[in-house]
Amino acid sequence: MTAPALDRTLDEAALQARFDATIAAGHRIEPRDWMPEGYRKTLVRQIAQHAHSEIIGMQPEGDWLLAAPSLRRKAVLLAKVQDEAGHGLYLYSAAETLGADRADLTDKLIERRQKYSSIFNYPTLTYADVGVIGWLVDGAAICNQVPLCRSSYGPYARAMIRVCKEESFHQRQGYELLMTMMGGTPEQQAMVQDAVDRWWWPSLMMFGPPDDESPNSAQSMAWGIKRHSNDELRQRFVDMTVPQAAVLGVTLPDPELALDEATGRYRFGPIDWSELQRVISGQGPCNDERIARRRAARDDNAWVTEAATAYAEKHA
Amino acid sequence: MVTASEGGCGMAHEETVYDALDHAHGGEGQWAFGTGFDEPLAGVDTTVPDGIDPADLGEYCLMLGDDALVLAQRLTEWMTAAPELEEEVALGNTALDLLGQARLLLARAGSVGVLGRSRERTTPTVPDEDALAYFRDPDEFRCTGLMAAPGGDFGRTMVRLLAASTLRLAVLTRLRDSRDPVLAAIAAKGVHELTYHRDHAARWVLRLGDGTPESHRRAQAGVDAVWPLLAEVLSATDVERRLVTAGVAVDPAGTRDEVRAVLTQVLDQATLRVPEWPADVPPRGRTGEHSPELTTLLATLQGLARQHPAATW
Repeated sequence: MTAPALDRTLDEAALQARFDATIAAGHRIEPRDWMPEGYRKTLVRQIAQHAHSEIIGMQPEGDWLLAAPSLRRKAVLLAKVQDEAGHGLYLYSAAETLGADRADLTDKLIERRQKYSSIFNYPTLTYADVGVIGWLVDGAAICNQVPLCRSSYGPYARAMIRVCKEESFHQRQGYELLMTMMGGTPEQQAMVQDAVDRWWWPSLMMFGPPDDESPNSAQSMAWGIKRHSNDELRQRFVDMTVPQAAVLGVTLPDPELALDEATGRYRFGPIDWSELQRVISGQGPCNDERIARRRAARDDNAWVTEAATAYAEKHA
Repeated sequence: MVTASEGGCGMAHEETVYDALDHAHGGEGQWAFGTGFDEPLAGVDTTVPDGIDPADLGEYCLMLGDDALVLAQRLTEWMTAAPELEEEVALGNTALDLLGQARLLLARAGSVGVLGRSRERTTPTVPDEDALAYFRDPDEFRCTGLMAAPGGDFGRTMVRLLAASTLRLAVLTRLRDSRDPVLAAIAAKGVHELTYHRDHAARWVLRLGDGTPESHRRAQAGVDAVWPLLAEVLSATDVERRLVTAGVAVDPAGTRDEVRAVLTQVLDQATLRVPEWPADVPPRGRTGEHSPELTTLLATLQGLARQHPAATW
């Protein structure tokens, strides 16, 4: 729909009313529908950040691709890292339906003008990290993302359906690797516990700051972009993960973790938010390395992209 | 506008996506979709037909399997470093196909008892394919230098992939008629995959050769670096010669005209200079004679598995 120029204010009011009604009815906004500028901007920011997370998220596990300890594990991991590239592609495409440009978003990532999930700034020290990333990090991502399958913006919601299906495979593959390692040698069991110790708290931070310190959440929920609060999703993740840890035979590194009989939910200890702030602000162990690799992929191969463009023009 | 419920991902999915996890014990086999929890040849009749020497057959499987394994490793080096996300997906896919071929071929070698010294270095819980991939030393590998050489830049990577997939496609196309039914089946599967790999590489060689002056220069440098590696690839070993007589293997020399015609056609079209075809030399890689780069590649591939020879992964 395009608004005629004559009575802008009146038209905008009508369009806004129609947009509000669509959201209120739980229907979806599609690319060519009118939408408020704030809604568009919020979505571009969120989808781009999500796409960047998929692409940067290829690196921590990708570091083990060449050294995976069996051919089957290598195939599983290669397929997973490849899926993440695919997720980045659908998400950048969803952002492009809002008028964004993939190359421009990539530049913003490399220039640190847009963020990605801070969890990927931690290193993968042993092969157990591959399993723990699948179990905890992909598990937390699923908790965050499954509700997004009902996001009010159609292309994003539809991209998330496919992303979630693949993520749930990744989570199961990660958990299966950990189960296998826990059935292996004492060294392997120690590797799993050590990885759980390192990734548990950063996984809880993936849900973002507590609700009373999350400035954009209320508007995003009103717009139907976000469906549940950060704390609600975090609690859901803890409740699902504790029994899985027991089956696996690992200890979660939180002495305060305990079942609240009254609510049936697990209480957990305080999260060190200064740690999240430190990593978000660029002080994490691998921030520079992650961005440097993206920059190198763009800059070192610029000649390839230029060649493809030149060839396409010659043979148009 | 589409209503949310039409999207097919309502509360039901939201509630159930996690459910299976804590029922994991023993049932986790179903989860790693498409990657195969059984050994690659599980359920296949691996009987060796009469008149075929199992030792020769296994050795031949190592040659073809090692080629696929080391090239898969080289292509995997591009993950997170490729020019475009589409190319991450494509190179990952090609590497996965080759890795799949390697697993089948190494498992076939193991099934006929060709395990070299690998079994002395690991425990029986390690499957044959992994014993062979992870617990052989460089001089026990049977890959050619064409497959094992470092990838270089994207131009050289694509020229090598073009040459490697053209040659391998020519060999596997003929191998579909092998008297060993397992090898014939592996070849039939591989032909479909390699047809795509060759096409993908050829399209890039065209774009790079006929793109910008810089890409032309780099593609030509890639051609000039890859061509000398072709000197050994058409020379058969004694093992291959015996197996050709037995109707099991393909004589690589028989693919010469096809391989040269395809490569010449693509390079001509890409406005690249076709170097003189190198004179044949006796097989090197196929007999265990490798450049130091293979040792480095294998050190990375095998390091973790060798640190934990009794582990199960």
